Amino acid sequence: MNPAWSVVLLTTLIGAGQGLYLALFAAQAPAPLMRIGIVLSLALLAAGLAASFFHLGRPERAWRSAAKWRTSWLSREVIALPLFMALAAAYGWTQDPAVGWAGVAACLALFVCTGMIYACLPFLQEWRTPLTVVNFILLGCASGLTLAAALAAWLHPELARASAIAALVVGALAYLGRLASLARNARLRPKSTLATAIGVKHPKITQIAQGAMGGSFNTREFFHGRPREVVRAARWTCLALVFPVPALLLLAGQPLVAFLAQYVGLLAERWYFFAEAKHPQNLYYQAIA
Amino acid sequence: MSKQLALVIDLNVCVGCHACVTSCKEWNTQGAAGPLTDQNAYGADPTGTFFNRVQTFEVGEFPNTETVHFPKSCLHCEDPPCVPVCPTGASYKRAEDGIVLVDYDKCIGCKYCSWACPYGAREVDGEQKVMKKCTLCVDRIYDAKLPEAERKPACVLACPTSARLFGDIHDPESEASRAIREQGGYALMPEWGTHPANHYLPRRKTGKRLHADELERHDNPLKVDGRLPRPSPDAPALDDVTSW
Amino acid sequence: MSTEVKTTTCYMCACRCGIRVHLRDGEVRYIEGNPAHPLNKGVICAKGASGIMKQKSPARLTRPLRRKAGAERGAGAFEPISWDEAFAMLEKRLAAMRATDPKKFALFTGRDQMQALTGLFARQFGTPNYAAHGGFCSVNMAAGLIYTIGGSFWEFGGPDLERAKLFVMLGTAEDHHSNPLKIAISKFKRDGGRFISVNPVRTGYSAIADEWVPIRPGTDGALLLALNHELIAQGLYDREFVARYTNGGQLVVTDPASARHGLLAVDEDVEPDNPLYPQNQLWWDRHSGRAVLSHTPGADPRLFGSYRLADGTRVQPAFQLLAERVQPHTPEWAEGITGIPAATIRRLAHEMGVTARDEKIELPIAWTDCWGNEHQTVIGNPVAFHAMRGLAAHSNGFQTVRALGILMSLLGTIDRPGGFRHKAPFPRAIPPSAKTPTGPEGVQPGKPLAGLALGWPGSPEDLFVDADGKPVRIDKGFSWEYPLSVHGLMHNVITNAWRGDPYRLDTLMIFMANMAWNSTMNTDEVRRMLNDKGADGEYRIPFLVVCDAFQSEMTAFADLVLPDTTYLERHDVMSMLDRPISEFDGPVDSVRIPVVPPKGECKPFQEVLIELASRLKLPAFVDAGGARKYRDYPDFIVRHETEPGSGIGFLAGWRGADGSKALLGEPNPRQWEMYEKNNCVFRYELAPSYRYMRNWNRGYMEWAQRMRLRRYGEPILVHLYSEVLQKFRLAAQGKWPGRRPPPELAQRVATHFDPLPFYSAPLETQATDLEKYPLAAITQRPMAMYHSWDSQNAWLRQIHAHNYLFVNPRTAQDAGIADGAWMWVESQWGKVRCMGRHSEAVEPGTVWTWNAIGKSPGAWALAPDANEFTKGFILNHLISDTLPGDTSNSDPVTGQAGWYDVRVRIYPQ
Repeated sequence: MNPAWSVVLLTTLIGAGQGLYLALFAAQAPAPLMRIGIVLSLALLAAGLAASFFHLGRPERAWRSAAKWRTSWLSREVIALPLFMALAAAYGWTQDPAVGWAGVAACLALFVCTGMIYACLPFLQEWRTPLTVVNFILLGCASGLTLAAALAAWLHPELARASAIAALVVGALAYLGRLASLARNARLRPKSTLATAIGVKHPKITQIAQGAMGGSFNTREFFHGRPREVVRAARWTCLALVFPVPALLLLAGQPLVAFLAQYVGLLAERWYFFAEAKHPQNLYYQAIA
Repeated sequence: MSKQLALVIDLNVCVGCHACVTSCKEWNTQGAAGPLTDQNAYGADPTGTFFNRVQTFEVGEFPNTETVHFPKSCLHCEDPPCVPVCPTGASYKRAEDGIVLVDYDKCIGCKYCSWACPYGAREVDGEQKVMKKCTLCVDRIYDAKLPEAERKPACVLACPTSARLFGDIHDPESEASRAIREQGGYALMPEWGTHPANHYLPRRKTGKRLHADELERHDNPLKVDGRLPRPSPDAPALDDVTSW
Repeated sequence: MSTEVKTTTCYMCACRCGIRVHLRDGEVRYIEGNPAHPLNKGVICAKGASGIMKQKSPARLTRPLRRKAGAERGAGAFEPISWDEAFAMLEKRLAAMRATDPKKFALFTGRDQMQALTGLFARQFGTPNYAAHGGFCSVNMAAGLIYTIGGSFWEFGGPDLERAKLFVMLGTAEDHHSNPLKIAISKFKRDGGRFISVNPVRTGYSAIADEWVPIRPGTDGALLLALNHELIAQGLYDREFVARYTNGGQLVVTDPASARHGLLAVDEDVEPDNPLYPQNQLWWDRHSGRAVLSHTPGADPRLFGSYRLADGTRVQPAFQLLAERVQPHTPEWAEGITGIPAATIRRLAHEMGVTARDEKIELPIAWTDCWGNEHQTVIGNPVAFHAMRGLAAHSNGFQTVRALGILMSLLGTIDRPGGFRHKAPFPRAIPPSAKTPTGPEGVQPGKPLAGLALGWPGSPEDLFVDADGKPVRIDKGFSWEYPLSVHGLMHNVITNAWRGDPYRLDTLMIFMANMAWNSTMNTDEVRRMLNDKGADGEYRIPFLVVCDAFQSEMTAFADLVLPDTTYLERHDVMSMLDRPISEFDGPVDSVRIPVVPPKGECKPFQEVLIELASRLKLPAFVDAGGARKYRDYPDFIVRHETEPGSGIGFLAGWRGADGSKALLGEPNPRQWEMYEKNNCVFRYELAPSYRYMRNWNRGYMEWAQRMRLRRYGEPILVHLYSEVLQKFRLAAQGKWPGRRPPPELAQRVATHFDPLPFYSAPLETQATDLEKYPLAAITQRPMAMYHSWDSQNAWLRQIHAHNYLFVNPRTAQDAGIADGAWMWVESQWGKVRCMGRHSEAVEPGTVWTWNAIGKSPGAWALAPDANEFTKGFILNHLISDTLPGDTSNSDPVTGQAGWYDVRVRIYPQ
């Protein structure tokens, strides 16, 4: 797939916002931290939401997208995101635990919706695994916790150590989850081949022409077109910055830098998440002549 | 059982002429599904929206090579994965005839349906920014103003080798159903359970077996001109040496 | 909003299908195939459906343009002028030439389907210098078969796939008559027919062949000789057909001492009814064991043997000579040349022979042959062939095509069900009776040409040369260099005019031919020559007029550009006098009627010619008093008769004052309306008994004579043995009583005018270091683009924006060229950079690309970074029109450009 920056930003920003909310709620953070934290969480969610509009061809019609919640995880996400934002805001305002728990539920629902948007597509084999949802949750929580640690270090130094430890633990779990999905995907055998794509039973099939030489939606949307080095760099950036580097920075007492590093890592991680997904339609778009 | 309209594409006779490609573009860009816009029409890397493309594949190695021309458009799956994922309901499958359509007025251009299509059958129009795809020329196949014989998709009418059959594959008596049944019609990427309505018919080979007696015949015209002369009766023969 | 539907005839390529054009508020919205049209039956191709984008092309020329004073040719600096100015300029210049030396004016056209009018104009003007692009395209196919069977593929005949059981396609042959052929091939395959393709490349129709037989380019002649060898060796020929319907049984004088050596023996006591086509040849009757007049009732000719006539002359049946000729050409011999395994060649021959013999078709149609024998049925041997440029565009193509004609005849498939069938006005006599003038006196100031500009020589006396044997035509057509150049030699015109050899031109008018790019052999040279000036500072080709609908590479070089219309904006005729769209079962012609008005000031070229002809007072275009006779082209079409009162006009349908006559009849003022009401097409169905065996069908011959499709009614025997060629050979050997070639050409003529087909490697192959240039390079045309004047089409160029050189992976690996990588392809004449694409569908000794996709920067109103410029290329840069020693790179018989003969090497960038 060709990673869309709008979607990369959407999923990483709201993931951090959701993680931050969960961290604040779990820690039952004192008022200033809670207030500022909720505001920051909402800001991240709003920024993600804003980014998502850039993904749409017709953003003015975005309101229509809540219609098909019965069948579409995307539609559900579109509902869950503002619902969670509303509950988070309400909790920040009221500090009512019931509202807070409702927020947690909405937050988890949002994580599931976001993950399932990708995990529900049967033929994107790289995404078609519970690990996709698990990783969205864990990576979101990890970045939220790191950000919470940074906020704590600033506003409530006495909470800094505990939140840093939490961030380290969840970060390690997220890292393991992502490593697991990388290991899984490395072993994937594509279910579709040119033989099934065109229905000719022969081990040697080569495409000569795809019917268009100047490119098409199919070549622009599903191929990143980046050299292998870029993809490898994204992968290494992800592997370094999602956990090891932030962990060292957390241990070194630099939670803010740790968060920034981790967020960059997550951008790389999400970019790679899309780039490594091989859509079966690509079988039809291998060559021009 | 309800109707399921579909195309059956006969790879046995498709010569890859692209007639279906441009006749589709021509009909649909001026019809209800239009316009199908073009970008860089006269510049570098020209590109545009097409509902149908013809691709070419080579199978095997020289000299045993088959060149396969392969037209590809929306397959109007019986279980279309693109429809449930659409957040707005813009993508839908018609109950009455199984055609999968996009309501341009509802489409937000999120492209999610195209991710959910393993065949790459959907394209976002470069100018209109909504998802477009083959409609089976829904704006002509029911047009009572057209003669019955012309109520078919433009590509079907255009195809010089009549490699595109159109019909209801739920009706076992339709030409399309019969072709699928009798000529080994198959679906693309059956591994995903999408049950495409469109089917493809495979290459069929006609061979010729020659028998030795077809070359060794009494009526060989060379005999008329004395080119296969009968030996003289005096030439040695079995009768000279044995009496059994 | 108003919508209307108009019918007309497509011209996105040479196929000419019937179309229905839907208009909304006067704008073209949709073009579809016309289901009521006999040619395409409702289907349409990729080009036809993209015709709408032709109307929108930014490259449209809309005003007459004059090259700016001081601007160089090729720079494309023009100023618009009015038609009045343009006509005045042309009238003055042309009138002066006509009054002094009409041959200073040359008219060459890319389209070969408006020849009835362009040819008439040139002839009336008085210039011999006229032709269409056939000499560059496939004249070998026309000449080779017409000199053998009296008809050809092209628009002249084709494979009867409706009834064939085996169909063999040789070489690339996709582009003429394409939709009908697609319809037929599909039906043929569905009916269980077996389709074999012989081609270096597997694309197009070959893709769906049951068997692909890869062959090295230019070696088809060797294959065909080996097939003929095997058919004769196995006795798999149709003896009855060969004996009665070919000249195989006719006796040839084989006495090197005789003045008639190699000519057919004749009974000199029999005075021929028609000395042009005498019928006094002899058979050696196997029943009576003596020479008898050919086709004597009750006689049956010997096909083999050697005999002596009463006067002692040694004679042999033509078939014996053919058998001797092919005797050494075994499948094993051909394997080494063609790369096809001998076993495959043998099997192909057996398949053809056995299918022809054992799957006979017998139709219950009674007919009478030219000798009065009544036949209760029509027999067919269901083996059909098709071939076009793939066989033709080689310098050995004429004899290759002759070998094909002979193969088809040995199998007994000529104008029979399931085989090859003619289309009206074919078959023609061998050779057809149309002739050019025979000397320079045929060209006189102020007078029409004393003959046709193009004709069919039957002997050296028919050549168009002066007393020294030097050519009269600028392209040296019908000279000893290319005696049978029946379609002219467009590819020679610019080089010859630039050299002043045989003389200089004043004005060269080009209609729809991109000679500065892909319609020429030596693109770079041609561009240089067009721009070259003599010592006097004048261009060597002083005045260049180009008429075209689009701004192309060629228009940039013009001094005067005349903006033509598109096919949707004009009247046009697909005339019986030219290349009609006839079907096997009878004559068909059709028209174009404008569906939209001309864009800007565009004017159809036909109107330009009518206007010029009227201004110049060319006799056929003015009345006795010299006053203009025709208002415009439609008026001309309706009222023009080939001779006053001949009843023959451009259109065959709805003739006679009330439109009740067909083919022949006085002009009908409402003829256009009647075509318009009838889908723009006229179809005449022959009586069933006139539909087959037309070469020898008395009923058909008499009908065709009555309808004036033919002047003569003699049977047209297949020329297994070509006496016409032998006459030229005798002249070259100094044994002909009449004209003889100049000494420097004698050997060439003697070699190539062999009355029996032979194989020799293409001239360029012979003149190339094959170690250095081991590969053959050829082109094909993609079905969505062929006939390249539409490559700027916004939809079609998305399908083929640029082109690759296709190379067999093994060949590419040996050369170190990765799939998709930039590379060089180089011939001894030039090199071009391109991208390579590995392909298993090309034989390893061949590289190929799609033709005419690459464009010259600045042309066709494309953006400067368009793919056609940055990634596309044409092979023409690698091709030369001359070979070392300054011999022409064309077939020595017909002058067919040998542009499929180039040899190359490839290497990485």
